[in-house]
Amino acid sequence: MSILKGKPDDDIKIGVYVCHCGHNIASTVDVEEVARRAKELGEVSVARDYVYMCSSKGQNLIRQDIMQLGINRVVVAACSPRLYEQTFQNVLRESGLNPYLLQVANIREQCAWLHEPGPLATEKANRLVKGAIKRVIHHSPIEEQSVPVFPATLVIGGGIAGIQAALEIANSQQIVYLVEREPSIGGHMAQFDKTFPTLDCSACILTPKMNEVARNPYIRLMTYSEVVEVSGYVGNFNVKVRRKARYIDEDKCVGCGICVEKCPWSTESEFDADLGVRKAVYTPFPQAIPNIPVIDKERCVYFLKGKCRACEKFCEAKAINFQQEDLFIELHVGAIIVATGYDVFDPTPISQYGYGRLPNVFTSLEFERLCSPSGPTGGQLKLADGREPKSLAVIHCVGSRDQNYNAYCSRVCCMHSLKYSHLFKEKTGGEVYQIYIDMRCTGKGYEEFYERVQGEHVRFIRGKLATITADSPDSETGEKLSLSCEDTLLGGLVNIPVDMAVLCVALEPRHDAEQVAQILRLGRSRDGFFMERHPKLDPVATMSEGIFIVGCCQGPKDIPDTVAQASAAAARALAMIVRGKMETGAITAAIDETLCSACKVCNALCPYGAIFFDEVSNVSRVNRILCKGCNVCGAACPSGAISTRNFSESQILAEIEGVLV
Amino acid sequence: MAKLKLALYWAASCGGCEIAQLLIGDRILKLAEAADIVFWPVAIDAKYKDVEAMEDNSIDVCLFNGAIRNSEQEHMARMLRAKSKVMIAYGACACRGGIPGLGNLHNRQQIFDTVYRDTASTEKNGNIFPQPSYKAPEGELEIPVFYDTVSTLNQVVDVEYYIPGCPPEEKTTWLALEALIQGKLPPRGTVISHNVKAVCDDCSRKRDIKKIKKIHRTYEFIPEPEICLLEQGLLCVGVATRGGCGALCPQVSMPCTGCYGPVEGVIDQGAHFLSAVASVIDSKDEEEIRTILSDVRDPVGTCYRYSLPDSLVRRASIK
Repeated sequence: MSILKGKPDDDIKIGVYVCHCGHNIASTVDVEEVARRAKELGEVSVARDYVYMCSSKGQNLIRQDIMQLGINRVVVAACSPRLYEQTFQNVLRESGLNPYLLQVANIREQCAWLHEPGPLATEKANRLVKGAIKRVIHHSPIEEQSVPVFPATLVIGGGIAGIQAALEIANSQQIVYLVEREPSIGGHMAQFDKTFPTLDCSACILTPKMNEVARNPYIRLMTYSEVVEVSGYVGNFNVKVRRKARYIDEDKCVGCGICVEKCPWSTESEFDADLGVRKAVYTPFPQAIPNIPVIDKERCVYFLKGKCRACEKFCEAKAINFQQEDLFIELHVGAIIVATGYDVFDPTPISQYGYGRLPNVFTSLEFERLCSPSGPTGGQLKLADGREPKSLAVIHCVGSRDQNYNAYCSRVCCMHSLKYSHLFKEKTGGEVYQIYIDMRCTGKGYEEFYERVQGEHVRFIRGKLATITADSPDSETGEKLSLSCEDTLLGGLVNIPVDMAVLCVALEPRHDAEQVAQILRLGRSRDGFFMERHPKLDPVATMSEGIFIVGCCQGPKDIPDTVAQASAAAARALAMIVRGKMETGAITAAIDETLCSACKVCNALCPYGAIFFDEVSNVSRVNRILCKGCNVCGAACPSGAISTRNFSESQILAEIEGVLV
Repeated sequence: MAKLKLALYWAASCGGCEIAQLLIGDRILKLAEAADIVFWPVAIDAKYKDVEAMEDNSIDVCLFNGAIRNSEQEHMARMLRAKSKVMIAYGACACRGGIPGLGNLHNRQQIFDTVYRDTASTEKNGNIFPQPSYKAPEGELEIPVFYDTVSTLNQVVDVEYYIPGCPPEEKTTWLALEALIQGKLPPRGTVISHNVKAVCDDCSRKRDIKKIKKIHRTYEFIPEPEICLLEQGLLCVGVATRGGCGALCPQVSMPCTGCYGPVEGVIDQGAHFLSAVASVIDSKDEEEIRTILSDVRDPVGTCYRYSLPDSLVRRASIK
């Protein structure tokens, strides 16, 4: 006796189409027999087999039967529905049938490819097809849906990724809100000296883009601002942005810099990786966009002690405003591009490398600032005692490819290590040692750069650095560092005396990535970076429809890859905005309100925030646009009031019965 | 209008259903005006042979309570089915298997071993088990055959309507009887109750997001009077149980045990409750989840107290 109650009562005519898949299926399964057996079932009006059901001829068989025989349910027995379900759904759609009146029985991956040829394989195919037939009886048409897309995009993060994405969209004359939490856009790229492998000056290629951002009328730039809340869904996000108080009126400030000049208070410059100093009122670097300073409330003596106001006295534009407060601004956007970048690994915990203890051990980012003409030393490499270093060790994979810290490869360090070697040679002519595990130079022109640097008499030592210690000061050469390291090519321990060491530190997820992930409902992969929808085929989209991730917030990558990703995400956002609407999935959960008892078991479960409680009607409801059809709620509903379209209990039980009974 | 002919019968049950039927009080007089009771072993002196003598379809309505666990009960169910135009499963046992249905965790031999051999109060004078037939000096004696598996009424005969409850509330019984008296019967297959939604719909306790960190038993604490019991860690099956009872148990701080059966349309009440509880356990750590769930002392008895024979698995597999 069937446990199923009730059946759809319309006149059901099922067509069954069994694919040979060339020899893929037919050499293992007797496909003609499968079609014959299907035909014996009462509801089946026609059953055919064909060599390639996915070919246009195969599709035509289905199309003709729908038109001529009035077939109103279709079962295709072929490969995985992941491959051709959409193709066959289109056949139904074009023939005037709702595409969800189709069921695919996977007799290739789940049968032919697993088993030896013979009657057992054929019997299994028969059972899978029977399950599909019994299931498709319970299918009903599902209405497909689309949502309007509001024509504006939010880009979070103003590094090179965010700048590129914003410019691409703005150049198509669409509105972009670019939100950056620092006082200026530019991100990490603005801190770099030269870029590999072409050695063009980072600022020289970035600054024009930053200026373009400032000039473009379609970009609404909000610096010193943070996204604090995102609600809504694809096409219609409501975003709350906190504009932190600059204490300087952006409309009045002319960027003359007199306030900075006159400010008597200094502190460490974050932009210079704490190696240089800045004032309490400051712009992080000379080319800052916008060229409007901020007053650092934590450092400003007026805020701390109530006295000073030197900046205010000298500002002719009367732009200083100590009364300014944080502003909250609401934005309405259709798409969101997340470009929040990365943090650099803090090597202090690897105490044997002496970072923070030995004055001449630097991180890669610090070394960038030391090399930069706008950096704290004006581009001069100097040791703690002011001498020019005569030798340098560049240590690869610090915090990367290391089970104790991050298992992944940070991808950019090999190349910037080579760049450091070149820059050091150029500036000092001294000795350079590269201590590496593997050289990974896989981009365009990268291997050639590696060869070039090899030709510059850089010493490459393959091995993992053990320790850095300080040697006793030599009267002639001053204090030296002593590196102890295994050279796996020579097969022995080596000790290297150098003046300076650079630790090429890992690129890590932002310290507040989890907070951002929660605001935007993003997933994170094991390494902590934001999770893409598909690692190969959909690397910029996320499981949150309408939200894209680009640059290093998705995983470590270099500038060319970042720029390419940013353009890709911009294209995706534009595709939604230009069409003005977007199809969302039809397979979504539905709540039968006549059965919902308001127990609220489902309310906290939805990973997409698609379930909400309607206090007026006293029932839970599903927002169909947010719903991805995962059926977590349906599995939990103790009243059986929630079912996901095309995965109803009757469909699933009918399929199981079909296979087993 | 001719008076209705009504039969009432009991099978594997406790007798509570008969009490519940009498709970309609003096409305029984209204019932008597509309119907003649032709068979009711608890109250009327009628014998099996009297029923056997009746014509097929001569009884208008049979209210049948109790599950089917032996040959006599099956025989009576089939006979009353043949004699009755309308068969109603009355009470949790007839509808879903009820408490006797938990016998499906064992088989006949295991039950006999416990009852006739292993219990402390049984005299240890050898393995004496009931036999279906026995040759006594006076002649051959027969008792019904005890089955391995307890069945619901509709697993044995066709059933038109279901009246849920252990036992059914007075108002539920009267809802069905009134419909009978007035001749306004609902569609075949209806579970007759005042509510199709879960007990929560009847319950006045405040419900919010559910996250369970600790599962409690009722004796451990006095629950907050106004907050959902499930949220307080008591396994109240009300979320997975048809309402209509008025949420009597949770109102007095006793968690619902599920006697009104699943909500309309649900296949397998216990699985739905289990899935709901699993969904609201507030932990992602496997070890912690195991610890939380180890406080459920009787998982089958909690989830399937009245519905094991009606579940997808029906019974334990015993080899």
